[in-house]
Amino acid sequence: MPESQEQKSARALARTEAGVLEVALEGPWRLDGATPRWSSVVGGSRPPAVRLRADGVSRWDTSLVAFVGEAERWCGDAGIACDTAPLPEKMRVLGGQFAESLRAGPRVEHSQSLLVEVGLSTRDALVEGRNVLQFVGECWIAAKRLVAGQAGFRWSDCLAEMQKCGAMALPIVSLISFLVGVTLAYSGAIVLRRFGGDIWVADLIGVAMTREMGAMMAGIVLSGRTGAAYAAEIGSMKANEEIDALTVLGISPVRFLVLPRVLALGLMMPLLALYANCLGILGGMAVAYSTLDIPPAAYWVEMLTIVDLRDVAVGVIKSIVFGLIVGMAGCRRGLQAENNAAGVGQAATSAVVTAILYIIVADAVFAVLFHAIGL
Amino acid sequence: MDATPAIEVNGLACAYDDRRVLEGVSFKVRTAEIFFIVGGTGVGKTTLLRNMVGLAAPVQGEVRFNGRSFTNADPAERREMLRTFGLSFQGGALWTSLTLSENIALPLEEYTRLPRDEISRIAAFRLSQVGLAGFEDYFPSEISGGMKKRAGLARALALDPTTVFFDEPSAGLDPVTARNLDRLILQVRDTFGTTIVIVSHDVDSILGIADRLIMLDASTRGIIAEGAPAALIAGPSNPKVLEFLTRRTIRSA
Repeated sequence: MPESQEQKSARALARTEAGVLEVALEGPWRLDGATPRWSSVVGGSRPPAVRLRADGVSRWDTSLVAFVGEAERWCGDAGIACDTAPLPEKMRVLGGQFAESLRAGPRVEHSQSLLVEVGLSTRDALVEGRNVLQFVGECWIAAKRLVAGQAGFRWSDCLAEMQKCGAMALPIVSLISFLVGVTLAYSGAIVLRRFGGDIWVADLIGVAMTREMGAMMAGIVLSGRTGAAYAAEIGSMKANEEIDALTVLGISPVRFLVLPRVLALGLMMPLLALYANCLGILGGMAVAYSTLDIPPAAYWVEMLTIVDLRDVAVGVIKSIVFGLIVGMAGCRRGLQAENNAAGVGQAATSAVVTAILYIIVADAVFAVLFHAIGL
Repeated sequence: MDATPAIEVNGLACAYDDRRVLEGVSFKVRTAEIFFIVGGTGVGKTTLLRNMVGLAAPVQGEVRFNGRSFTNADPAERREMLRTFGLSFQGGALWTSLTLSENIALPLEEYTRLPRDEISRIAAFRLSQVGLAGFEDYFPSEISGGMKKRAGLARALALDPTTVFFDEPSAGLDPVTARNLDRLILQVRDTFGTTIVIVSHDVDSILGIADRLIMLDASTRGIIAEGAPAALIAGPSNPKVLEFLTRRTIRSA
């Protein structure tokens, strides 16, 4: 029956005739079926010559081409004559091409040994460190030129960015800082109630919001909201060669794109932090009034016994630095984004991670610093 | 040849992602010449262009414009030289947040002290030169790919550059639009005496407007042919060059 003939698997029958290893290929050769491999056919033997026949092949695809190719290459490597003349022409040509591809010159070195990887990563880390410093330096020079009035500055861009990162962030900053105030009040009350000192919730929240949480929350919200947007925006400009177009005109991308954005954040962040302080205190006040029975007036008076302008100043100084960090991290990640769609997404993600990382680090440095100078 | 060449490339070696793609490339471009850099995909044409205009730093060698070294120039000198370049990017590379008119105005605002209304008049004139009159207030996202390319050319011409570089001007354009762009390039050269360097593999453009060309090849990581297209076809040349320029199709082979 032809049907059962068709279902037989591919075979390679080897027999030696007058010193020539003749391999007859038979049956259907298909990539999705089981096909013999040249190495198993030839085993460990080294015949003086090889001949391939395919008279009994009912149908074939690349699996057979691969077999013929491997055979040819094996013979070529071993210096054995390989006679493919009995094969149909198409099979012979494709087999030859397959053998050629196996023989193709040395591959471009891409994967490396562990040692090389470590070395390259170390070098990359050093280069990255230098680039960060260089970027900060470029921003500094651009800012200096701006202050000295030596370079044009796009105030319209800066104002638009200020609106986007400042005014338009008010709703989310309101919500988050109010809730932070509420949460702090509840957790503070648990401890303070034991000492019968519910009223000190006001002190706790006042100090925590003004010194820490106001600036921190504004920084984290803006790193997600604005820093990521900067990275994505500048990243897609880079993918579109717009950054190159600026560079070729001799216009520094740092001055043209980075400075207005960083400046906008540096100016808006302290305002947002002050606003966050107020909302956080309001949140604490609400909890104190509703669950601890402390009237708002008493809360306010108690808070003013400990919070003064120094605490507010600490928060504002921090928030300016956080703003610069978020802006520079976002712009830098955008400028070093890879020129493709995935690069833009990665830039946005890593802008947020970088900004939050540096915000926390800077906060720790500030804590030590302010402690040392007694602020 | 009389004067110093407009562009002189000496022993340039370029890398793309740490991988060396070109080595020891040297050639000269004369003033007011339409000069093509041709070759197959991935041989480093665009990399060479980026090295020439300072978007990438060459590994070795230098580029000189009118006898002055560009590669070794200090930042101020380099900025001054950049002012004399125009670069037309593959996709136009228009600044997406600015209108077409503002795109062309930006280089003028950066480098001249012209009043604002004068600048916008020049921008409108440039746009009409490339057949985009009336599109001044459109944003790049609102126009087609071919129009973006032409607007990019208008921006590249904004400062009356002495040298204009084109990266694949006809890529992605239909043959008619591509020929119109060629006509425009020719017109710019004939009118202003601009030196024009074009990276392309569009054979119709090459045969149509090229004065001379160099052909790059991956096997040698360098130039395999240099000269006028007609001379390269007529004379004894590398079979790769002939195959490229005469476009023997698969059917006719």
